[in-house]
Amino acid sequence: MNVLDYLKGKAWLTAVLLLLGLVLLPFMVEASLGKSWLRILDFALLYIMLALGLNIVVGYAGLLDLGYVAFYAVGAYCWALLASPHFGLNLPFWVILPTGAAIAGLFGVLLGTPTLRLRGDYLAIVTLGFGEIIRIFLNNLNAPVNITNGPQGITQIEPVTIAGLSLGKTQEIFGITFSSPHLYYYLFLLFVALVVFVCMRLENSRIGRAWVAIREDEMAAAAAGINTRNIKLLAFAMGATFGGLSGGLFASFQGFVSPESFNLMESIMILSMIVLGGMGNIYGVILGALLVTMIPEALRYTGDLQRAVFGEVFIDPADLRMLLFGIALVLMMLLRPAGLLPSKLRRQELAEDAT
Amino acid sequence: MSDLLRVANVSKHFGGIKALTDVSFTVRKGEIFGVIGPNGAGKTTLFNALTGLYQPDTGAIDLVGTSLYRRKPHEILKAGFARTFQNIRLFHNMTALENVMVGRHTRTTSGVLAALLHTAHNRKEERDCMAYAQQLLTRVGIGKHTHTLAKNLSYGDQRRLEIARALASEPKLLALDEPAAGMNPNEKNALRDLMVSLREEGLTLMLIEHDVKLVMGICDRLVVLDYGQKIAEGTPDVVRHDPKVIAAYLGGEVVV
Ligand SMILES: Nc1ncnc2c1ncn2[C@@H]1O[C@H](COP(=O)(O)OP(=O)(O)OP(=O)(O)O)[C@@H](O)[C@H]1O
Ligand SMILES: [Mg+2]
Repeated sequence: MNVLDYLKGKAWLTAVLLLLGLVLLPFMVEASLGKSWLRILDFALLYIMLALGLNIVVGYAGLLDLGYVAFYAVGAYCWALLASPHFGLNLPFWVILPTGAAIAGLFGVLLGTPTLRLRGDYLAIVTLGFGEIIRIFLNNLNAPVNITNGPQGITQIEPVTIAGLSLGKTQEIFGITFSSPHLYYYLFLLFVALVVFVCMRLENSRIGRAWVAIREDEMAAAAAGINTRNIKLLAFAMGATFGGLSGGLFASFQGFVSPESFNLMESIMILSMIVLGGMGNIYGVILGALLVTMIPEALRYTGDLQRAVFGEVFIDPADLRMLLFGIALVLMMLLRPAGLLPSKLRRQELAEDAT
Repeated sequence: MSDLLRVANVSKHFGGIKALTDVSFTVRKGEIFGVIGPNGAGKTTLFNALTGLYQPDTGAIDLVGTSLYRRKPHEILKAGFARTFQNIRLFHNMTALENVMVGRHTRTTSGVLAALLHTAHNRKEERDCMAYAQQLLTRVGIGKHTHTLAKNLSYGDQRRLEIARALASEPKLLALDEPAAGMNPNEKNALRDLMVSLREEGLTLMLIEHDVKLVMGICDRLVVLDYGQKIAEGTPDVVRHDPKVIAAYLGGEVVV
């Protein structure tokens, strides 16, 4: 607590310490927990981007989108098709990534348009359908012309290469060895920073206020002069763009994509990150994404724990972790229905302090 | 005085209910124009039809030469016609200041790119918008609640916040749907003073109100609706003595 008090008001020092911590984190994780946890960390960063993207649609604009993973899929397949032996293409990442993000954004508008008049449950059901349609398309677009290679998915996807340096294999830089997940960690971190920056700027802007106004009361927002159609489409497009961006990074990192990675469960997981962390609050969403990616992984160790305590494994850790995760979600909804870090609460507290 | 709003033969039905039948009237620039009538007479429906929340079935609506007929709510607001709601519709989880800033949406221009780059224009616009909103909060009498969430305001203050949000769009015409409902006598007096001072500044007001004393005291002219039809129009004195109006309010037969 004392340390926090000391750092208060010293924004620069805090930023430098945070940056240092983030740069050193993968060294510590790799040394203490191993490479697999470094990969988990990378995925956590991808999910932060996804959750922040979905947060624009659900958290700010209040549009319950259950098909968000479709945009992740579009971004991933864009990368896969433009940088793999499947079409024999290998475009540089600074071409593919914006292309994938833009195409995903376009899909956001395309899928958003027919849903403009829908709200709440109805919107959720239609977007859920759209998400599934995209996945089914990916599954079946292998005949008569083989575009997506069907359920087998696309393999041997090229990793990101920056200035001749491939992030796909271990590299030695200045005498320090960096594993591939370690290199990707820095790339993802950069993109997370970008996404966080964009969200922060938008949150406190005319557009951000218009989104929240629509969430709060769409009719009043329209009567207050907001072109609700355009502003909602903008939310869909922005969210989808972030989804496409993460998708592209995912494809390059994984080296393999198949329709299986983009099922409904994935959309629901991303949504639960937002709900758990605190809808509409950037820090809450980041926390939610970290917890929802890390906790299930950590719960894998319940198998070892059971063996240590009882001498044998009673419940399969895979079952147990979904069970515990479910219980955790239910408890959260009972105890902190607005999420771990609800938005606006802090500001409101500050206002009350002042009076 | 010149005409500001011309409404001609506006009708609206919901299934079998004729909520408005051929309603016509003219609002003049700079007046407070009352809309009264018994419960269910169609007053709110009229406001909704004028401000684009409902699509009228027929008719013509004209605000100083611009047709508002079947236009979108945001277009109507931009043309200079703002309104408040009978059942308060605020952005509950936004602060009072933010609510009013949203009301300035049509008078500001910053888009995504400007927000991301924090352009000089964007920063100035945000500053000005905030200052303007704060000024309006003070004006309607809730200046000390700047950072209070709308949902935590008292009922009367919520009504005032709605007025501030509507004023933020710098309208030519402001339609208030029962703004005094749920207010105590002090708040009502403050509201009355506010309406009078707004009129002095040249704003034109439309007012739905059940408090007969308030509405007769403040309005320059009124229309009276009953079962979706206009039954009288004129100054408070004329309307007060109109037998049809008396009958409508007493629920008796019309004796001419
Ligand atoms: N969206 C709607 N759908 C169906 N009927 C409606 C709708 N809106 C209004 N009505 C009907 O239209 C008629 C007029 O309602 P309106 O709300 O305009 O009355 P009002 O004069 O504002 O009454 P009050 O003084 O109680 O506010 C009523 O019979 C009401 O039930
Ligand atoms: Mg009414």
